[in-house]
Amino acid sequence: MLQTALHQWHVDHGGRMVEFGGWSMPVQYTSIMAEHQATRTATGIFDVSHMGRFWFRGDDIDAVIDRLLTRRVVGLEAGKIRYSLMCRPDGGILDDVLFYHLAGAAEGEQFMMVVNAGNRQKIFDWIQAQTAGSGLAVQDRTLDTAMIAVQGPAACDVVKKLSETDPTSLAYYTGCCSTVCGKWAVLSRTGYTGEDGCELIVHAADAVAIADAVLQQASAVGGMPAGLGARDTLRLEAAMPLYGHELLESVNAAQTGLKFAINLKNREFVGRDAIQSAMSRPELLVRSGLRLEGRRAARENCEVWSEENRVGVVTSGTFSPTLNQSISMAYLSPQVAATGTALHVDNRGTRVPAEVVQLPFYSRS
Amino acid sequence: MNPDHLLYAETHEWVRVEDKGSEKIATVGITAHAVEQLTDLIFMELPPTGSQVTAGSAFGEVESVKATSNLYSPVTGEVVEINQGLPDQLDLLNKDPYGAAWIMKVRLSEESALERLMDRRTYDQQAS
Repeated sequence: MLQTALHQWHVDHGGRMVEFGGWSMPVQYTSIMAEHQATRTATGIFDVSHMGRFWFRGDDIDAVIDRLLTRRVVGLEAGKIRYSLMCRPDGGILDDVLFYHLAGAAEGEQFMMVVNAGNRQKIFDWIQAQTAGSGLAVQDRTLDTAMIAVQGPAACDVVKKLSETDPTSLAYYTGCCSTVCGKWAVLSRTGYTGEDGCELIVHAADAVAIADAVLQQASAVGGMPAGLGARDTLRLEAAMPLYGHELLESVNAAQTGLKFAINLKNREFVGRDAIQSAMSRPELLVRSGLRLEGRRAARENCEVWSEENRVGVVTSGTFSPTLNQSISMAYLSPQVAATGTALHVDNRGTRVPAEVVQLPFYSRS
Repeated sequence: MNPDHLLYAETHEWVRVEDKGSEKIATVGITAHAVEQLTDLIFMELPPTGSQVTAGSAFGEVESVKATSNLYSPVTGEVVEINQGLPDQLDLLNKDPYGAAWIMKVRLSEESALERLMDRRTYDQQAS
């Protein structure tokens, strides 16, 4: 099992370590609820070093990568970051990724991508195979870098005290090369919690000192380290999909409802035609939100029913600490996916009433 | 309740057996170690009074933000009382796991399962 540069830091701070995507990661330090609330109200500090980090070298990198992404990135301005899906020719989802054109980066460091931990090798191989002959070189720098997400309403103020670049000067979904605690860092205004915040990519050797400094600043405003447990409840409230749950190779990108991440017009990319034709197939299940009666969470693979008809399946579910009730994402037949539709979920043999609700469940004011 | 005087199951339940006339009544709960491992409890499902429980078999469920876990009965017999208020005050499990957060009382129909339970010291060694 792989360990991040912050492994000992997690253990020292009481992290309960579990396996995730081939990595040993902290699921929680204190309690998921406390870490969740700290992120919503102040700051949560997350080690996300398990995510894969690739840098690209070559000519016309944005154009070469554009052919692999559902979202247009050719001509992406320096400083901008795009969330996109990467698909097979049949539209099945290989991964969801962030593509960065960093401002202020050295030659050969301008273009990078962050992919899911469990898909790192698959996506590396896929990019290599799909771009063969283009002159593109892909460098996997996951192991010699670390990535720290600082999330929450106080996150930018916390990072501001330590970084050369004021994060509040960056627009949401932009990023640059800068320094944090005097060390090289990629600073981006991105995250996976539904809160404002930053993500820092740093050299592995600097990770502990930077995590300590961030924690010291965050503690002063009620922040704390947060684990994968809180990361999951936070992203679920914000209705952000998770690879392996909402996103799978067996799911066509058109089913995800992530319209902002799919540009079909005037461009060619792997999976485009299959995604376009799936858009007009009314029988395909669509990603939807459910609010369940009671506190009890539905889990992945719970079946969703309308009267006596099976109409879908839960992909993620949890008790929502912010809303104080049970929420789920599910793939539902479009006939029952309208907001307000009354359904029920088979939760380990119990029929639990559920209502279709608009996503996201939570959005920051 | 002094946890030194209880018996413990490998699956992290505790038992206190008392003689009530000719019957033996076992009070069952879950250990502080189990509560610490589960954290963030949001739901508990308990069996109805009058149901039969079997040593080693699930009698209920406890759910945290992260996962659902079975509760395993350390004894065999009939449930004669459950702690009705507990599912609505799961915080009691943190505050007083060996007292106010008892889960159920079982009239034992056989006692051989008690021989498989551990004393405090053996349990602590196993759980640590």
